[in-house]
Amino acid sequence: MRAKYVLSEVFLGLWRNVTMTIAMIITMAVSLSMLGASLLLYWKVQDMQDYFYTRVEMSIFLKSDVTPDQKAQLADALNHDSRIQSAPYESQDVAYKRFREQFKDAKDLVDSVKPESLPASFRVKLKDPNQYAAVQNDYKSKAGVDSIVNQQKTLDKIFSILGGIQNLALVVAIVQGLAALLLVANTIQVAAYSRRREVGIMKLVGASNWFIQLPFVLEAVFAGLIGAVIAFVVLIVTKAFLLDGPLSGIFTSNFIPPIGWQDILLTLPLLLAVAAVISAATGWVTLRFRLRT
Amino acid sequence: MKSRGWTRPWFSSLRTFGTKHDACPLRLLSLRVNFRPVIRLENVTKTYPRASRPSMEGATATIEKGEFVFFIGPTGAGKSTIIKLLLREETPTSGRVIVNGRDVANMHSWKVPAFRRSLGCVFQDFRLLPNRTAAENVAFALEVIGKSRTVARRVVPEVLELVGLGGKENRYPHQLSGGEQQRVAIARAFVNRPLILLADEPTGNLDPDTSIEIMRLLDRINRTGTTIVMVTHDSNIVNQMRRRVIEIDSGRIVRDQPRGVYG
Repeated sequence: MRAKYVLSEVFLGLWRNVTMTIAMIITMAVSLSMLGASLLLYWKVQDMQDYFYTRVEMSIFLKSDVTPDQKAQLADALNHDSRIQSAPYESQDVAYKRFREQFKDAKDLVDSVKPESLPASFRVKLKDPNQYAAVQNDYKSKAGVDSIVNQQKTLDKIFSILGGIQNLALVVAIVQGLAALLLVANTIQVAAYSRRREVGIMKLVGASNWFIQLPFVLEAVFAGLIGAVIAFVVLIVTKAFLLDGPLSGIFTSNFIPPIGWQDILLTLPLLLAVAAVISAATGWVTLRFRLRT
Repeated sequence: MKSRGWTRPWFSSLRTFGTKHDACPLRLLSLRVNFRPVIRLENVTKTYPRASRPSMEGATATIEKGEFVFFIGPTGAGKSTIIKLLLREETPTSGRVIVNGRDVANMHSWKVPAFRRSLGCVFQDFRLLPNRTAAENVAFALEVIGKSRTVARRVVPEVLELVGLGGKENRYPHQLSGGEQQRVAIARAFVNRPLILLADEPTGNLDPDTSIEIMRLLDRINRTGTTIVMVTHDSNIVNQMRRRVIEIDSGRIVRDQPRGVYG
């Protein structure tokens, strides 16, 4: 009977205050879908960082007037450096072939460049990509070295942009979450006010505090869970109609790994848990102030 | 398990008592022998925040089990403060309020609900739920403290019969007269068989004839051994009942008479 009473109170309360309930659910849903999106982005960026940073290369470009002696010395030093995994030599001819391959669509560009104008280089792959600064320092002043270019810098830029997008989503999630929090608090206060007679009598006859408060807290939790489910649906729809549809081009370039269904599925329990905990905590704190004896 | 106490036909003993006015000196005597204070006020002072003077100042009184006590005095004298202190809606600024052997002021707030189950309370404005019938109003008080619906179904008709509302169980408060509404409120306060029944101006909204009927009902409940503390300024009733009278003026107890009149 208790469970039945509590549940009927919960649904009655949500229904009595239906506009507020809807507002609460919508705000909750927006906040949680933003949270979910930033979570997915975070996971993806982690994956990408792991993937790309381990494959990062640095190129040691040689001067055009480099002597075969200097070249051999450099190759020897690189091959005996314990920090370096491999350092294949790329001659001017090979570099030219690659250049032609990469820019085959821009015929004018290819025609204007001769094999001699492209520098030869060592393509250095490090064992630990974080040591690139030290390695760069060691080799930049060696004889025959023109310049050292590191892909990591480019990657850093890309990831800082992705990180920015992720932070933006997180900020939106937090601001919306704050709004949702205030709405939960407000809804509970309205609910407590509309049931003040019942609450007064319950207190008078000695109903326990949790029994008085439970319907209100459950009301908030229930709305929060609906919000989480809606947010989950929003993520699914985004994946199905946006990422797999018009935006699928991003992923075919192979730079950004596609977001899998299992990633999206993984957000559901997280969103549900966050929604439940936040609404329950807000509800409980609100009632502490509202329904004190 | 919890409902075991309800299997006793507690109401039958109540019915064997006569409804005529108290004329049995033996009953009073037995109360004296069975000395057991259920309420003790020890030098109680209550000053509300931002109030210029205390609502209750140095009040000391002892109320024994089964007593019927009137607290009288002009409006604003601090009568209602007594009820609030006994219910622990308020805690005293100083002094001790002891109800049924428990120090109410120093009670943990989580123990308050269980404590309140040993009290029943009736107010001037009845405080019934308008969207529930008489029976549902009484049952509500049982259900919210965890009694099963089966228990409520058995006990509620009995207690409504007892307060004289047999046959009106399914009426809503707006279909009942003021006196009948107060009977529902009394049924709700009494259904849990409290040790003490607190009544804050229970006849304040009723005409004199109905007031007398309500007092008869309270008297019958008192005869079951329930201590009754009633706050009133209805001199007629106090003079007719001839029970203990504690008069309060400006927060101080100025008179405490065993069989008093309004004065």
